[in-house]
Amino acid sequence: MANAHSHDGHDAGHGSVKSYAIGFILSVILTVIPFGLVMYPSLPKTLTLWIILIFAVVQVLVHLVYFLHLDRSAAQRNNVVAFVFAAIVIVLLVGLSLWIMFSIHTNMMAH
Amino acid sequence: MSNLVTNVGHAHGHDHGHDDHHHDSGEMTVFGFWLYLMTDCILFASIFAVYAVLVNNVAGGPSGHEIFELPYVLGETALLLFSSITYGFAMLALFKGKKTQVLGWLAMTFLLGAGFIAMEINEFHILIAEGYGPSRSGFLSGFFTLVGTHGLHVTSGLIWMAIMMYQVQKNGLTATNKTRLSCLSLFWHFLDVVWICVFTVVYLMGTL
Repeated sequence: MANAHSHDGHDAGHGSVKSYAIGFILSVILTVIPFGLVMYPSLPKTLTLWIILIFAVVQVLVHLVYFLHLDRSAAQRNNVVAFVFAAIVIVLLVGLSLWIMFSIHTNMMAH
Repeated sequence: MSNLVTNVGHAHGHDHGHDDHHHDSGEMTVFGFWLYLMTDCILFASIFAVYAVLVNNVAGGPSGHEIFELPYVLGETALLLFSSITYGFAMLALFKGKKTQVLGWLAMTFLLGAGFIAMEINEFHILIAEGYGPSRSGFLSGFFTLVGTHGLHVTSGLIWMAIMMYQVQKNGLTATNKTRLSCLSLFWHFLDVVWICVFTVVYLMGTL
């Protein structure tokens, strides 16, 4: 990667070559391992499922921190609050929808 | 990074600010765009929920296990991840005020994103040609809706990026262009985040 002279620490919240590189390497690791586990099955299915789900959550967090620059600084507080609110809505929306739909499915004795 | 003094006080909404420092109208615009992205998250969450409900309704057609090609998806993922980091480098060049570098990294990002879309269109084309289009089963309707919505977002991002390259070329790295490129940065990285969920929930869990 070219322009490697980053003169770091200029403006917090914009990242640096280093932070993007860390995010990138972590993302590669967090992508390759789940793909590898599914393409070359070597662990029990349930364990594999948990691993790919956990890796996905971790990779989302890596992207939020290293690419979208969410952090605990005052400048980012509103962004973080909005994100947490959206995350709660999403968990409720997806979780409760699936709960309802699969309960119906079970109670209808489709299987 | 020109005159830092001007409109610190009166912010809100209008994007003609000269000041690119903190708490100016540009920052408010970027925050507003972030709020839009949060609503977009909820849109995607709804489609994910629909997909999860429909995924087992294959109606005698293929399941994900039979039609997904993981090496191909890994290629798509790599293109999108590379495009995320090249856009990051465009932003770093932007804050150093290097116009040529900004244009170079944006062009690189555009090509990677276009490669992703080309691969996705090819995948859709092959599926539809085999008779596995969105009307084949509930599962395939959900699949095309979810992956297609993400693809449409990426396509919008590409159009936006092309426009930004033209504007940077023509007007340079003005405060307005910086604000717009910051919004596009959020949009582009956000799409990569959504793609993580797509390849995990659709492709990996579908193949498992």
